[in-house]
Amino acid sequence: MTTLLPPGLESVPEPNASDAQLRRFLHGLPGVDQVGAEGRVAQLATRSIKNESKDWALDMLIRMIDLTTLEGADTPGKVMGLARKGLRPDPADPTCPPVAAICVYPDMVADVASVTNGTPVKVAAVATAFPAGRASLDIKVADTRQAVADGADEIDMVIDRGAFLSGRYGKVLEEVMAAKEACGDAHLKVILETGELATYDNVRRASVLAMIGGADFIKTSTGKIAPAATRPVTMVMLQAVADFRAATGNMVGVKAAGGIRSSKDAIRYLVLVNETAGPDWLTPDWFRIGASSLLNDVILQRRRRASGVYEGHDYVTID
Amino acid sequence: MSDTPNPFTYAPAPQAADVVDIRSSYGLFIDGEWADPVEGGFRKTVNPATEQVLAEVADASKADVDRAVAAARRAQEEVWGPMPGSERAKYLFRVARLIAERSRELAVLETIDNGKPIRESRDSDLPLVSAHFFYYAGWADKLDYAGFGPNPQPLGVAGQIIPWNFPLLMAAWKLAPALATGNTVVLKPAETTPLTALHLADILQQADLPPGVVNIVTGAGETGQALVDADVDKVAFTGSTAVGKAIQRQVAGTKKRLTLELGGKAANIVFDDAPLDQAVEGIVNGIFFNQGHVCCAGSRLLVQETIAEPLIERLKQRLTTLRLGDPMDKNTDIGAINSAEQLERITTLANAGEEEGAERWSPPCDLPSQGYWFPPTVFAGASQSMRIAQEEIFGPVLTTLTFRTPDEAVAKANNTPYGLSAGVWTEKGSRILWMAQQLRAGVVWSNTFNRFDPTSPFGGYKESGFGREGGRQGLSAYLDVEI
Repeated sequence: MTTLLPPGLESVPEPNASDAQLRRFLHGLPGVDQVGAEGRVAQLATRSIKNESKDWALDMLIRMIDLTTLEGADTPGKVMGLARKGLRPDPADPTCPPVAAICVYPDMVADVASVTNGTPVKVAAVATAFPAGRASLDIKVADTRQAVADGADEIDMVIDRGAFLSGRYGKVLEEVMAAKEACGDAHLKVILETGELATYDNVRRASVLAMIGGADFIKTSTGKIAPAATRPVTMVMLQAVADFRAATGNMVGVKAAGGIRSSKDAIRYLVLVNETAGPDWLTPDWFRIGASSLLNDVILQRRRRASGVYEGHDYVTID
Repeated sequence: MSDTPNPFTYAPAPQAADVVDIRSSYGLFIDGEWADPVEGGFRKTVNPATEQVLAEVADASKADVDRAVAAARRAQEEVWGPMPGSERAKYLFRVARLIAERSRELAVLETIDNGKPIRESRDSDLPLVSAHFFYYAGWADKLDYAGFGPNPQPLGVAGQIIPWNFPLLMAAWKLAPALATGNTVVLKPAETTPLTALHLADILQQADLPPGVVNIVTGAGETGQALVDADVDKVAFTGSTAVGKAIQRQVAGTKKRLTLELGGKAANIVFDDAPLDQAVEGIVNGIFFNQGHVCCAGSRLLVQETIAEPLIERLKQRLTTLRLGDPMDKNTDIGAINSAEQLERITTLANAGEEEGAERWSPPCDLPSQGYWFPPTVFAGASQSMRIAQEEIFGPVLTTLTFRTPDEAVAKANNTPYGLSAGVWTEKGSRILWMAQQLRAGVVWSNTFNRFDPTSPFGGYKESGFGREGGRQGLSAYLDVEI
């Protein structure tokens, strides 16, 4: 571990800093060169993960998945079905691990918890007026409290992108801190909605801002905006959490959410974690993938490793 | 914090070697046919990662070289010179396409013969090789519009001598502009890496290139000397500055045109407002790409004092993730040193750095027991006067120096007999442009390093040589024009 603070992070401001102080700090962080960042990601995408390292990666992927449904049409039956799937993704194979969490809207938390109670699978709820975040702070806090009271172990909040983009960093920070307080013992994941932040410089700034506010995880996207998670954005966030740990000693997790559908793509994310933030982050405690259809592809790839045959989507359940 | 200590160690992912058939023996490619050398010498070429002999390759004598030059002369005067540019273009496009189609085979062969990682030969060398042929194929019928006046004429026969660091890519850099402009060629690949050029001969046959337009003579220094002395109109050489100077003496007083692309000791300059993570990548790519066997390698890191310590710390952390080993493994970042001779030179210079008081550091890494290997090495606290800061090491060895002001950075960067390339890392656009004006280097990269493109001219100042390769400028080296 480095003993030298990463440049720009020599003095992380207190959470009660003014907009001007926050601005000076965030804009003093090292820039991100877009071409270089994307080039590095493209190079890491050529890593070839075979045999036992692939077996390990596929199991780890399942253990990292926040199995997600975030539809207006979600019903108790649908989310409970999803929860059962998350507990035993491949019932025919007892070696298949469960997913990390089931991620739903707050009003579905109790239904999910009725299935997952007493199991290692967590319940995650998207709160704070997800996905747009356009509500007053009181409502966002109440939304969060309700979800926690109903049994959510993890809260996925959204930042106020309007405030962030107009430089009102103090407002973003205040909301993160309020949500963190409302979470109590629940883990707070802060969704940056990187698809709306437009630049990698902004992604790095929003990442650090969320971490100052007490985020346990920083998360790329709601999944409701394109682009959702991308590997370059995730790499910038991974570098931000590694720098933050070097500067403060606090370790923060990263969640890539939205648009990750194939095992091949997901394994590339694991390579990114391994070679940027480092292997400390290669566990479900510190890296998550928010996904719905990815799980079935991982199951099929797992079976293929055992049988040599990729069976196709009629051989896995749609929940 | 992990469940188990980093279990994500990548399993071996070897590239299949059977995509290429290596013959046991290669003759000379003269006048469209394979021929044995008249005096019968052969030498062996080895895989530097295993020290296994790959094949025996002919050693061309003066008589062979003269025969090749005569074939090239005849082809130039009777076929290739008079041929309309639009027809020459068709051959070159065909060659470009065949290279692209057979790129995996050529990449594997390059890695086996040279020692560079398959990731680089597959993703860097081969795409650039075919791109160069495609690019210059496009010029062949447009020479009237290249800015050299109407109907510019070829020089005649070009003798081209290429190095071992990018064997096929250097062949492409030399052949494509020469052929597009109507010259014919006698090419001499390096004695440690002749195989891809010899397989290129197969492709030239496959493309029905008229006999004699390209002749390939293998051998070492004497063969090169014979080629320079032969009845050629143009000599083009890429290699060491010492040999370049010898060639320049040899052609002095003759009518032969000369271009030289020689050594370098490039400064990679990082200002304190640089995009740091990308700068670290650029430093790594600048000096550890191709094991540092790159004439334009960013071998001197110049860091602004305000960020020197954290930057070096970050760089060291990054270097611990480099994967050194079997070049044929798709996950290998650092391959083998090309020859025992080169390994010896790198070792000597690195030891000199230590003796002169620079602080030597390498990440923990196991070197294979067979083959020629050198770990990625960083010298911190070096000063300008040390040999490691002055001499071209041509290996995975980075020398780091610091500076306080932009003027000091420029002064240190230019304080070298070389002038091939430089890198500037800053988020400030005006400083990039100012630095580019001040640096005496043929190529200045900004916020990137070791990026190549056939449309961009490449070449040196001072002891790094003269003449440009690539781009429109690269045509003039093979045309009877003044620039």
